[in-house]
Amino acid sequence: MLLDTAYNIGTPEGVELRLPVAGLAPRSLAWLIDALIKFLSLTVLSIILELLGDLGTGIYLLLIFGLLWFYNVLFEIFNHGATPGKRALGIRVMNANGTPVGWSGSLLRNLIRVVDALPGCYAFGCIAVLLSRQFQRLGDLAAGTIVVYAPRQTVGSKPGDVPPVPLKAHLSLDEQQAIVSFGERANFLNAERAEELAAILDPMLDGVDRNALVGHANWLIGERKLP
Amino acid sequence: MRQEAFESRHAATWATFETWIDALSTPRFAQRSEHESRETISKNFPAMYRQVCHHLALARTRRYSIALQQRLNQLALDGHQHMYRTRTPFLTSIGLFLARDFPATFRKEWRFMLASTLLFYLPALVMALAVVLLPETIYSLLDPGSVSRMEEMYDPANEAIGRERGSDSDFQMFGFYIYNNISIGFRTFAGGLLFGLGSLFFLIFNGLYFGAVSTHLTVAGFTETFWPFVSGHSSFELTAITIFGGVGLMLGYGALAPGRMTRWQSIRSRAQSGLPLIYGGTLMLVAAAFVEAFWSSTVWPPASFKYSVGAFLWVLHGLYFFLLGRNES
Repeated sequence: MLLDTAYNIGTPEGVELRLPVAGLAPRSLAWLIDALIKFLSLTVLSIILELLGDLGTGIYLLLIFGLLWFYNVLFEIFNHGATPGKRALGIRVMNANGTPVGWSGSLLRNLIRVVDALPGCYAFGCIAVLLSRQFQRLGDLAAGTIVVYAPRQTVGSKPGDVPPVPLKAHLSLDEQQAIVSFGERANFLNAERAEELAAILDPMLDGVDRNALVGHANWLIGERKLP
Repeated sequence: MRQEAFESRHAATWATFETWIDALSTPRFAQRSEHESRETISKNFPAMYRQVCHHLALARTRRYSIALQQRLNQLALDGHQHMYRTRTPFLTSIGLFLARDFPATFRKEWRFMLASTLLFYLPALVMALAVVLLPETIYSLLDPGSVSRMEEMYDPANEAIGRERGSDSDFQMFGFYIYNNISIGFRTFAGGLLFGLGSLFFLIFNGLYFGAVSTHLTVAGFTETFWPFVSGHSSFELTAITIFGGVGLMLGYGALAPGRMTRWQSIRSRAQSGLPLIYGGTLMLVAAAFVEAFWSSTVWPPASFKYSVGAFLWVLHGLYFFLLGRNES
């Protein structure tokens, strides 16, 4: 877990919520997508507004202003903390205490964006993301916000369909948990890799193979219909 | 308890909790019939949320599978987000904000407001004196091209052609002022994060620029076009710029003198307390752009009338910032 980017939020209920924070790469890509969206919509709109003459130019300048400063703010507030780019990358913004980002947080982090963009190519922002513990840019640090991976549907929550096999050896809780995790992932591993992983336990559990290990996993989570 | 028994015992609870989360995440107008009413949900939500947190803690200590832990972590996190959401009544309380919070914050942070006002007007004054004594000083700040463009804009001689605009181009200028001025305001604020240096730069530079241009045009004898034009929106625009600069100085001060907090904590708390000033400054610049585009550009009112309006607005600003919101703060 030491290498994990998990960020822990303590709650009043006495449990810690765990969130994986998003690093430089997904955030830059999300920014790139957003920049493209802004650029394309401005290009299309400028062609339409061109027809309106000076009035069109006025509207166009208002739109640039709106997109430049409030595109991120409005999306973050009304779209569960994600601009279209962030949504595409599966990340979103929230307050550092795990609550949804509000007007103050979003506005501050997006106004201070201009400092992150200094002296060019978001250099300050990138350095801040790389140096700070929760991958925060300067705007995030000043506003108290973080960017995290939005939850994905957890896959394979049930071990494969193998009859439960009782465990003979005495195993610690962590070891038991490892076996259950293996059982849940076994269906997503290719056969050779699954056998290879199972073989690690050979010295501990005599002659164990993939199926036997999935069976152990089923036994550990509580299935008792023995063959 | 084995994991499977645990899961089957609480599956119904978790499923209900999931539908509640779903119902609370959907906006009111899009509520679907299978959702329970908000009243029922909000009455029972806290108890159910605490139960889910309890289940998560159990699942961790009993080393249930990672997948189950992740699912419960997610449920608890979603619950946490709805439980502790703070809804800032941003648009509904705007009246209260204008009548109380904005001027009250302005007075509370008077040291920074004063500092940024001085940082803006003193350089302006120095530059004005310099231009009066040595007219060519203006070229140390602006290149000859921009000076002659500036002169052309306010030359009384071309008033007949250049000054009268249609409402279309008024709107174009409105868009331009919004885009340009508010962006400058935001940058003046954000630059403060660099230990105040950015705000310092924008304040002093804009002060010098303002002093140089206004004095140059006055000396050149364009008073009857320049001053009536700027008098209307000057109170909004100049005050707003010093406000943005002041909040930037607050950020910088927070970074330089964190006191007992960590540096970032101190910056965060300064930014939070300066936030009403940013909202207010933005509104003022919108007002300034409006006045500048649709009132300042008109040529029919006599200069004396425009000066009166300008002076009236300055007095109004003074009264607003010194009198409003006193009893509650």
